[in-house]
Amino acid sequence: MANRNLLIKYTKLFINNQFVDSASGKTFPTLNPANEKKIADIAEADKTDVDHAVAAARAAFKIGSEWRKLDASARGKLINKLASLIERDTEYIANLETLDNGKPYGDSVFDIACAIDTFHYYAGWCDKIHGSTVPADGELFSMTLREPVGVVGQIIPWNYPILMLAWKWGPALATGCTIVLKPAEQTPLTALYVAALSKEAGFPTGVINVLTGYGPTAGAAISSHPDINKVAFTGSTEVGRLILAAAAKSNLKRVSLELGGKSPLVICSDADVDEAVQIAHGAVFNNHGQNCCAGSRTFVHEDVYEEFVKKAVVEATNRKVGDPFADGIQQGPQVDDKLFNKVLSLIEAGKVEGAKLECGGDRWGKEGYFIQPTVFSNVTDNMRIAKEEIFGPVQSIIKFKTLEEAIERANDTSYGLAAGIVTKDINTALIFAQSVHAGSVWVNCYDAVTPQAPFGGYKQSGFGRELGEDSLKEYLEVKTVTIKMPYKI
Amino acid sequence: MLFINNEFVDSVSGKTFPTVNPATGKKIVDIAEGDKADVDKAVAAAKAAFKIGSPWRKLDASARGVLLNKLADLLERDAKTLATLETLDNGKPLTAANIDILICANTLRYYAGWCDKIHGQTIPADGTVFSFTRLEPVGIVGQIIPWNFPAALAIWKLAPALATGCTVVLKPAEQTPLTALYIAALVKEAGVPEGVVNVIPGYGPTAGAAITAHPDVTKVAFTGSTEVGRIIMADAAKSNLKKVSLELGGKSPLIIFKDADVDQAVELAHQAVFINQGQICCAGSRTFVHEDIYDEFVKKSVERAQKRKVGDPFTETTEQGPQIDDEMFNKVLKFIKSGKAEGAKLECGGERLGDIGYFIKPTVFSNVTDNMTVAKEEIFGPVQCVLKFKTLEEAIERANKTSYGLAAGIVTKDLNTALVFAQSVQAGTVWVNCYNTITPQAPFGGYKESGIGREMGEVSLQEYLQIKTVTVQLPYKL
Repeated sequence: MANRNLLIKYTKLFINNQFVDSASGKTFPTLNPANEKKIADIAEADKTDVDHAVAAARAAFKIGSEWRKLDASARGKLINKLASLIERDTEYIANLETLDNGKPYGDSVFDIACAIDTFHYYAGWCDKIHGSTVPADGELFSMTLREPVGVVGQIIPWNYPILMLAWKWGPALATGCTIVLKPAEQTPLTALYVAALSKEAGFPTGVINVLTGYGPTAGAAISSHPDINKVAFTGSTEVGRLILAAAAKSNLKRVSLELGGKSPLVICSDADVDEAVQIAHGAVFNNHGQNCCAGSRTFVHEDVYEEFVKKAVVEATNRKVGDPFADGIQQGPQVDDKLFNKVLSLIEAGKVEGAKLECGGDRWGKEGYFIQPTVFSNVTDNMRIAKEEIFGPVQSIIKFKTLEEAIERANDTSYGLAAGIVTKDINTALIFAQSVHAGSVWVNCYDAVTPQAPFGGYKQSGFGRELGEDSLKEYLEVKTVTIKMPYKI
Repeated sequence: MLFINNEFVDSVSGKTFPTVNPATGKKIVDIAEGDKADVDKAVAAAKAAFKIGSPWRKLDASARGVLLNKLADLLERDAKTLATLETLDNGKPLTAANIDILICANTLRYYAGWCDKIHGQTIPADGTVFSFTRLEPVGIVGQIIPWNFPAALAIWKLAPALATGCTVVLKPAEQTPLTALYIAALVKEAGVPEGVVNVIPGYGPTAGAAITAHPDVTKVAFTGSTEVGRIIMADAAKSNLKKVSLELGGKSPLIIFKDADVDQAVELAHQAVFINQGQICCAGSRTFVHEDIYDEFVKKSVERAQKRKVGDPFTETTEQGPQIDDEMFNKVLKFIKSGKAEGAKLECGGERLGDIGYFIKPTVFSNVTDNMTVAKEEIFGPVQCVLKFKTLEEAIERANKTSYGLAAGIVTKDLNTALVFAQSVQAGTVWVNCYNTITPQAPFGGYKESGIGREMGEVSLQEYLQIKTVTVQLPYKL
């Protein structure tokens, strides 16, 4: 049941299975975006705390440690246990997530279910990570061992706090790594709660550490730490560059990035327009538009363009905005004032550059970072709203004529996270899927992300993959062992 | 009773057969006896459950994993009951039955993890085509299991079949139907849809044969004797060319090298052959010992065998219970007789223990040579045969000189010896400085006449899958 009156249990850093103050004693506030009021003061980590956490994670990773001595299958049992504890506390965690992030309570419940499924998926991989024996030339016996990469730093964003945590912890724990996680400063609460659950589940001390704090301090300390073997980041392309540079400058730690997008969704002339409008609406408005793979360029074939725009506007106008704890609400506030202002300024740019504002375009209400669901039509490729990631509830509808043209314009971006197409035609679907430069392509659906299949970006939307078997690679090192044989066998 | 479509039912004929407690020779209970008519019903149920659109087929692959994990939870919940039933029906010590149930749970959890990770491929085929493979469940599978590890082998069979989305008709051994039926009830409790798992107790020549000859069964998996394995393969050939996987007998060599710690080697070799009353397909039943340590090894092996505690399987200190039934009991005694007659030296044991139940004294033969019956044929009883060897090459050659090829072991500290042996011996599993170390993660199965196909590990899934290639014409090359 949705309930905003929660006891906030954990507000401190989590190191070595204990909640501790930051070394400096400093704290920072986390706000409720629905009313702009402070929820709680949270311990603020900086470099010293990162050093402590890394030391803890390193000790937990040492050969002979409790974590290293576990059977791989035992890691799977721990991960499943954590998932079941999250399931047990779903209601509390969903309320916490909605309080901190502003997404509707039902969305939080859904995110938690996805997080649980993600953990179950990875639990199953633990004892199935195989190296190879190899028919090498010579009198040799050669094999590969796939070993955990080590101590991993993980920096996650505020748009899906608990789900991004599951995406990061799943493969790291499955492969046997140890973790220093920094949740976004806007949304630290559910990460700290799940940290407590990880201790309850029985993870040995030092395996999981959570440091709440800011990017330029705690985040930077992680990406440049000499004893972190790998950093995984989800967030803006701008910060992704900083992290890659810090890794290069420090110890060449391995890097995986999941960054922004300006994903095209192509509605073909044979699409059922009502279905297409539904798909396109969800694609861009889900999670208040705060979704890296949002279908934020809606290409509609000229034959169905007018009808589509008309129906898309109705859909957007009917979208229920309001108190995320209330029943039936589809859209809460944007996460903070910074993003709120950014979205409004991009909406201004849309108006100024000549797009047609069909509905919305302004703040919603007087309190909290709410924005009206906004639809622009007659958008052209050179407008800012067609090129830059808005990360808000703004749909940009663009007209096209042929498939080849749509593919070319879809690919005309430095991003490459996702793409979608709505069509009944087999050739159209297959050509599009194989031609578009995107890490995920959806046909007659959108945002269909499941734990079993990989997700990640082409080009400046990032590198590396999360979910699916491929995600494990990011957390493993391959060691080749070659033994001399007395004779060839 | 029989378990069909998630219900316990009488056999069509109404017939029953007794299951006996081998520690006392007395009947435990009467069990419904399945025959062809019952197999037909079970296969029909399994076929309906396998149809596209059925509740089983509509489940997400990950949901199958949730069911398998749930079944593991239930087995753990009822572990005591299951272990007790197992010891009553099979005669193995309760301490051993407890371990078997643990293995069941771990195996289920291993396969639970595979369900949504079974990947086909997209393929760069020549031409303007888009090609991909799907790995689909092979269909309705018949599974026939033996009496030596009744619960564990039921799970070894059910887990990969369910993980891949198949439906099952399982026939437990007539000597040990009880735990399979209990597990069937747990399958229903876990929430597995009706018809997915069906259990038909009965005899090989009737129920078993009906399964292997059934035209709607697309695959049969069998664990048991090589003799019956041949019959099953022939039946498959004669009926519908159903896929066959077999896990059969063995006469597995264990090599004790001269650099071995003799005390450690003695214990290892003792467990290798005496575990489960010697009733294990991969028993280390030919113990090759280097001549330099031979006498010491024999002396200590005899001491160890004489210390082996044989008796009531419900007593905690018991190491060895009765053999499974009078047929096996007599067979083992006959082998022992041949050993004496053919000139092996009987060091200890060699006869029945007590008056009640099928107990045999732990028996050790030394001076065994390769041509003796006890060195060539699978005894499946508590009989250790110790042979002498001189060089590694000789040991490898003699180890491979058998139509079997299930397992092999070596005890040595030398790196080259270990690697050369591991790579030269013709066996599906090779153990170095250990024995009978079987885990869900790594494949198990036989070379040569010890069988076809593998259980456990990723490769085991292949037995329950078929590959479909789909090729779609594209308007131009991409």
